[in-house]
Formats: sequence, C-alpha cells, structure tokens
Amino acid sequence: MALQDLCNLQHILLESEAAEQSPGRFGEKAASSYESGLHSSSLLDFYIPVAECLDESPIEFGQIRPDQSSCSISSESSPLPSLPFVSSQPVPLPFPMAHGTTTLAFVFQGGVLAAADTRSSCSGLVACPASQKILPIHSHLVGTTSGTSADCALWKRILSRELRLYQLRNGRRLSTSGAAKLLSHMLHPFKGTELCVAATLCGWDDHSGSRRAAQGQKTDLEAVSSDKVSLSKSSFLTQQPCARKEASLSGPSLFYVCSDGSRLQGTLFSVGSGSPYAYSILDQGVQWGLTVAEATSIAREAVYRATYRDAYSGNCVDIYHVTSQGWTRRTREDLKEEYYREKESRRQTHEAEKKML
Amino acid sequence: MEYLIGIQGPDFVLVAADNVAASSIIQMKHDYDKMFKLSEKILLLCVGEAGDTVQFAEYIQKNVQLYKMRNGYELSPSAAANFTRKNLADYLRSRTPYHVNLLLAGYDDADGPGLFYMDYLSSLAKAPFAAHGYGAFLTLSILDRDYKPDLTREEAMNILRKCVEELNKRFILNLHSFNVRLIDKDGIHDMEKLTVGAK
Repeated sequence: MALQDLCNLQHILLESEAAEQSPGRFGEKAASSYESGLHSSSLLDFYIPVAECLDESPIEFGQIRPDQSSCSISSESSPLPSLPFVSSQPVPLPFPMAHGTTTLAFVFQGGVLAAADTRSSCSGLVACPASQKILPIHSHLVGTTSGTSADCALWKRILSRELRLYQLRNGRRLSTSGAAKLLSHMLHPFKGTELCVAATLCGWDDHSGSRRAAQGQKTDLEAVSSDKVSLSKSSFLTQQPCARKEASLSGPSLFYVCSDGSRLQGTLFSVGSGSPYAYSILDQGVQWGLTVAEATSIAREAVYRATYRDAYSGNCVDIYHVTSQGWTRRTREDLKEEYYREKESRRQTHEAEKKML
Repeated sequence: MEYLIGIQGPDFVLVAADNVAASSIIQMKHDYDKMFKLSEKILLLCVGEAGDTVQFAEYIQKNVQLYKMRNGYELSPSAAANFTRKNLADYLRSRTPYHVNLLLAGYDDADGPGLFYMDYLSSLAKAPFAAHGYGAFLTLSILDRDYKPDLTREEAMNILRKCVEELNKRFILNLHSFNVRLIDKDGIHDMEKLTVGAK
C-alpha cells in the first residue's frame, strides 16, 4: 500500500540518521529499539516528527526565562523570540506554571463524563473564546486537553492515527490504559523542552466487543489470560497491576497523561489553572452512584465555579459523555447566562428575606 | 513531599512508602503505589521527578526480568542494586539525567536480607535502615535510637508506626496512608496499609 511504502521510507531515513544522533533518552538502546521495531510491526513502529533543532540539548531549546513564562500559557499565537535562547545556563522555572484552563473528568456508573471550559488565553488576553478543549480520539475515547493548544491538538491527532493503525493491525481497539501508555511514551523524548500537554483520556474499554471483532483470534484471549496466570506464578509480572488489568478490562476508564512523564489511573481528575476550584466542588458531590443528569449538573457547576474565580478559564462549557455506545456531546452552554441566573436568584432570595424581616 | 523508609532485620526487610501522587499543590491520587517488583524477592521503591520515576523504575524492572529470561536465574539484590546504580551514573552526565531517589530491598538466599540506599547522584550504600524525602529528617533519629540489628518483625513494625506518627505530628504535609511490604525468604508480603487520621 502507498501509505506503508511512505512509512517505510521514512523509517529508513530515520535509521540512517540514528547513527549520528541519539534519538531519545536511551541513546543506543533507543536506536536499537527503533531498528528492531522496523523488522517487526510492533507498537513502537511509528515516525515521530522530531524537529532538527532537538538535535541540540533540549535544555537549551526548551528552558524559558521567568519573564517569558507568562507568554507560554495556552498560547496559540505566542510570539516566539530568538529560538533557541542564547543562555549559557538554563534558567529553571520558579514554580511549574499552571496551564490556563479548567478541564475535568470522572468515572461513574453511567460511564465517563468529561467537561471543560472554552477559553484560550495568551499572556493576559483571550485569544479565542470558543475553542474546543475536549477532542474525540475515536468512537469510544475522548481526551481533554490542557497546556499549549497547538501541542495538544497535534499530539491528539498523532494518537488517533496510532490507535487507528493499532486497530487495523490487531483487529481490536487498544484499551485506554494502552492508549495512555502510548501517549506517555511518545511524549517522553520531549521532556525538558517547552512541549506542554496535560491530557486526561476518558474511554470505554470493551473486552467482549474486541472478542467479537477479532474473529480468528477468539482463542488468543484465553491463551493470553492463561499465559498471564503461568507468568504470574513464576512472578514475571507484578501481581497488583495484573489484578487491576483483569478488573478494568471492560468498562469506563480514566487516565491522566502529562508531558512531564506522569501517567496516572484514577476515577476523578481535574487539570489546569482552574482545577483547584473545580476539585473543591467535585470532591463534595462525585460518587459512583450518580445519575447522568446529576453528573452533568455537578460537572457543569464545577466548571462554572472555576471560570468564576480563574482568570484564564471562562466563556462556555463543553460536556462529553462516554458510554459503551460511544461518546455523546452536550450542546455548548454559555456560562455568562448561568452567572446572571444565579445573581438573579440570589437577589430574589435576598429580597424575600428582607421582606420577611 | 514523598517518603520512603526501609528497615532491615536479621532475616527480613520491611519497607514502606506513602501513597500520594501530587502535581504542584494538588493531590492527584491517594492510592498510588511507589514500589516496583523487580523479582520474587526484590522491591524497588522510587520517588523523585514526575515522569522519571516510572520510566526509570520500569526500565530497571524489565531489564532485571530480561536477565532472568536470558540466563535462567534471578539477579541477586546486590547485583540488581549495582546495575541500577550503574544506569543512574551513566545517565547522570548525559543530556537527560534521571532525578530519582531509590531504595532497593531484597532477600538473597545466600547472603540474606539487604537494603540499598541510592540517590539521584547515583550514590549507593548498603544500610541497615534508610529513608528518603523531607520526612527522613524527622524520622532518621528515631531509627538511630531504636534500631538494633536483631530486631523482630513486630519491633520493626513498631518503629515504623512511631515514624509515621512523628510525620503526622510534625510534617507540614498530610501523608495519610502508607503501603507497607515485608520481604523474607518466602518472598514479598503485603502488610496492612498504615493510615493515620487527620491531625
């Protein structure tokens, strides 16, 4: 196929360059893993669009000075000054700058709910009041984005491509855990650079569905699980993750992946500069037994409260709901209306109290 | 922010780690496991910079397992510790050093129990007890005073409880639960999680 040829050609180019440069953290080991990946159609068999400037030390390329730090928050059109910076010593950030957004996601009995605001800011002004921070990756996986908008959009697209290739090659969808691991490993070479992606992947894993899809591989799953049992007896795999894998083989699943390298599984995450405000609302009400309406309402309120307090979050709220049937999207709602409604109802209760006195 | 502790007895090693995965001021996870099982009788406890910990620990974990697959027998704890230290040292002066602090605890059928302290500058020391993190400042003197080489498992657990109480009392951060594991000749045993209520 033409696409395969194109990919192979690029792999060959990468291989010839690999001799000179070290394409990743693991130096020689990474080079050999790329080469070995060429011969097997393994998951690492992909082409990372690594820019030439990353040949130099990523510390010189990526470290930003404190006076530049405000410009790097969610910038779509940030004016890039002299690149790379001519600084003999890398200047560390005073503290990790928050990503200018509020996104949240949680798991409940009805699936996974993801919510986000829609404001894209760039050093103090609103670059776009109607951006989309929740990007669907495939029919059963949705990702919230936080950090640099362009980076998030690009890496989400790369992830979609890799997941689709995996599905075509292996006949089943990759689990949310696998997708998170894939994204985490793809972002790892860029650690220490200015790349900023903090995403939560919200998906529904369908174990039985994958069995149906892979017709000729029905017995493989039993073989795999029996392999796991024998392997765990001879203690190759740690037992706890094995148990977790069995338990979460199907159903809703939520992972937080960050470009600094963290990958966490959980039931509730909120990311961004507005996240502390959202956490305080969510921690009071989120539990497993919520109905879809209750979950939507609490997610909406959490984003609303965060947009009220946080300067970098605002405008509208997007809510996506992932179930076994796929994801659905609630119509975008302008939170300005909610603010006026609440102000009005507070005014009315205040007047009612005054009348009673 | 994170805390690791290990206590070696005459025929066992007791290790504990806190359960918090934090991102600046927010606790993202309350039940995060910082221990990585390298083999039947070796545990690697790893704290430090966010992505480095998991990447480095999994790298060591897979390589130790690969050694077993290739050679048919497992690495001893001392060999695994030296292998880990060598990797840390190799990356220390590269463009991409790993900022991780480690405790490696294991039981060797020939040499008995061993606890190895490693830090991000790739120093390695075999120690009877060790701790990492800000909490170490508060708890090492308890260990200095109460530790004796022939202590029983119960005594080791008591020292661990005293350390956790001290953290709860004086440490500015709220570390409310700890994973505890014990390694002896029969392998790795999960002990009951140590939890403390609010101050």
